[in-house]
Amino acid sequence: MAASRRRTKATPDSAQPQNTPAASPDEMIRYYREMLLIRRFEEKAGQLYGMGLIGGFCHLYIGQEAVVVGIQAALKEGDSVITSYRDHGHMLACNMDPKGVMAELTGRRGGYSKGKGGSMHMFSREKNFYGGHGIVGAQVPLGTGLAFAHKYKKDGGVCTVYLGDGAVNQGQVYESFNMAALWKLPVIYVIENNKYAMGTSQERASAGELHQRGAAYGIPGVQVNGMNVLDVKAASDQWVDYVRSGNGPVIMELKTYRYRGHSMSDPAKYRTKEEVEKMRTESDPIDQMKKHLLDAGIVDEDKLKEIDREVKAIVTEAAEFAQQSPEPDPSELWTDVLVEA
Amino acid sequence: MPIEVLMPALSPTMTEGKLAKWVKKEGDAVKSGDVLAEIETDKATMEVEAVDEGRIGKLLVAEGTDGVAVNTPIAILLEEGETSVEAAPTVEESTPKQVAAPSVKGEEETKPTLPTTQDAKGPAAPPPSDEDKYFAKTVKKTVREALRDAMAEEMRRDPTVFLMGEEVAQYQGAYKVSQNLLQEFGPERVIDTPITEHGFAGLGVGAAFQGLRPIVEFMTFNFAMQAIDHIINSAAKTLYMSGGQMGCPIVFRGPNGAAARVGAQHSQDYASWYAHCPGMKVVAPYSAADAKGLLKAAIRDPNPVIFLENEILYGHSFDVPEDEDFIVPIGRAKILRQGKDVTITAYSLMVGQAMAAAARLAEEGIEAEVIDLRTIRPLDVHTVVESVKKTNRLVTVEESWPVCGVGSELAAQMMEHAFDWLDAPVIRVHGADVPLPYAANLEKLALPQPDDIVAAAKKALYRS
Repeated sequence: MAASRRRTKATPDSAQPQNTPAASPDEMIRYYREMLLIRRFEEKAGQLYGMGLIGGFCHLYIGQEAVVVGIQAALKEGDSVITSYRDHGHMLACNMDPKGVMAELTGRRGGYSKGKGGSMHMFSREKNFYGGHGIVGAQVPLGTGLAFAHKYKKDGGVCTVYLGDGAVNQGQVYESFNMAALWKLPVIYVIENNKYAMGTSQERASAGELHQRGAAYGIPGVQVNGMNVLDVKAASDQWVDYVRSGNGPVIMELKTYRYRGHSMSDPAKYRTKEEVEKMRTESDPIDQMKKHLLDAGIVDEDKLKEIDREVKAIVTEAAEFAQQSPEPDPSELWTDVLVEA
Repeated sequence: MPIEVLMPALSPTMTEGKLAKWVKKEGDAVKSGDVLAEIETDKATMEVEAVDEGRIGKLLVAEGTDGVAVNTPIAILLEEGETSVEAAPTVEESTPKQVAAPSVKGEEETKPTLPTTQDAKGPAAPPPSDEDKYFAKTVKKTVREALRDAMAEEMRRDPTVFLMGEEVAQYQGAYKVSQNLLQEFGPERVIDTPITEHGFAGLGVGAAFQGLRPIVEFMTFNFAMQAIDHIINSAAKTLYMSGGQMGCPIVFRGPNGAAARVGAQHSQDYASWYAHCPGMKVVAPYSAADAKGLLKAAIRDPNPVIFLENEILYGHSFDVPEDEDFIVPIGRAKILRQGKDVTITAYSLMVGQAMAAAARLAEEGIEAEVIDLRTIRPLDVHTVVESVKKTNRLVTVEESWPVCGVGSELAAQMMEHAFDWLDAPVIRVHGADVPLPYAANLEKLALPQPDDIVAAAKKALYRS
């Protein structure tokens, strides 16, 4: 199937809530709730960072929520997921426990990695979430290997590899594209294009269109409005199905935006306040979904308030757990280096 | 209840900052994400955003205040319906609020020892082995055949084991190590890759995360430098970073070290590079029997294993046990020749040089004990120490460069565990500290020869 015929074109700047029947009313409420949970969770993480309870690097996902929520909604149980270090949202979207994620951020024994991984390194075998990787682009061959395993085991699963616009210039990404295309591996490469690789804009770092980066390998590429969860879900349904049917990999470029800095210590000198403010007021994925839910009469203000309260309670509980959970036992320093045979 | 807004830390190292400007004033409504204030740190001016919704009840720190410590309350936020900041929990004077990390009871007593290998009990004994009993019935095999047999036997035994690499399938292996594997196991399990080391090493690690057991062949380990990020960062560290959830049962194998006249970029010994890193094992066998027994152990091991072969050794023949249950445990050195005068350690091709040197020393009445290390990590320090207790002298041999090498490690281990038994300094025999030259005479000069080992042994014995 020719890529060009299936390409949908949309940008955050032209974001319009669509009435795509990609989701039922209940599903739409769920997406809203999941996006709100990520938003509130990340705001709380930022706050705990400010209090010195979270150390080191902490990359927040605020603004990009529609991407992971829309994509994950199109996946099935047993599919695997891997991403880079801006990973909190992905873990929540994989139904990992917010308490375990937050406690890992605070470096406590109740965290997913018992406090030994931190913000960038969390995993859940149970939820098929394979990290959490700190080297830009490294998750791409790793995820291609997860897809290889799905094919080897013939388990019908697909792997979704999330990478940023900053990762697309790493050589290993193309080494992966080549093998995935050669061997028709069931992998969806989701480029989360938030316009800035740390402080370098896409225009200054990347020649050409990102969704076309697989063209030389015959990998179809599609550009999707990553600020609208229904658009993301509609595109994902189509392409996940394509990949699961044995057609090989696909590249989805999700045009999105992060409101916060690259990590916590980002002075944001590379973009204007007006630019951020414009995205927030005109294209916010949560506001768009909220408006859609209200306009379509799916929920009323009271229902939204109820969801807000529920989400807030989950985040508060996670933050409390993350502060109460003890630090790892000193003996943990020496465990998990090798699997004892 | 009114909420205290605290002076935030805005970078991993910030302890205090200047409250440069209030963007909101008392009485202003704020919602989550609104900028409250601007703060100057030593690096930059940054904005503080509200996390909670409400109305600014009181600003506690004036604009322009310098040196405001992280976690000092800087404002009071009132929630919907609240009118007075008086209800706010007492601000503990105006000292920074201590957000106590939960203290671990008895922390001082349970503090682990510093990460040193020093231990009153001495180095740990190597894992037990029943390998000797299998030598009752052997057959002559080359190292090449032994490696192939190991892979074939393990692939028959476990369907999750597969082989991937450049030219491993149709070409039958660049060095013919994977001969006939494609014919027996088919293209789904014997996979030719493009020339793309970084990519297929990472792909192999990902497959291992899903529970497969990849054998990743590097045409030579020189090319694995392209892939070293995945070997160290992805394969070796993930178990630890995941709190024990995500193991990586993978073997990276291929020829290592100098071959013959292939120049500096194709002639490097990586034993000490990989041995430096926790989270994986490093094996470098000499004989065909060890190559087979250790490769089988490596494939069954639940951890990443670096398996260093040697191109020159591929064609050498040795007695190999016939029984398929023959396994050599990783982490156990082997004494190849008993002696009382001096201990010589070596691994891979250098074991042959050490044995040649020992034969020559014997002609001069010097009985050298030769230890084939076989595994570089975990290094069988115990066996070397026990030998040194007998000979009181140690000569280490390696093809690689001297700095931070395997010999350096052994010398340090002897300081810690055999100091009182040494009658002479540990002497390292090693490759010349230069990129390996091409010219035949220079190449020979750069690599350890039996003469060098003989001279080192005599020096350790104060004989010349």
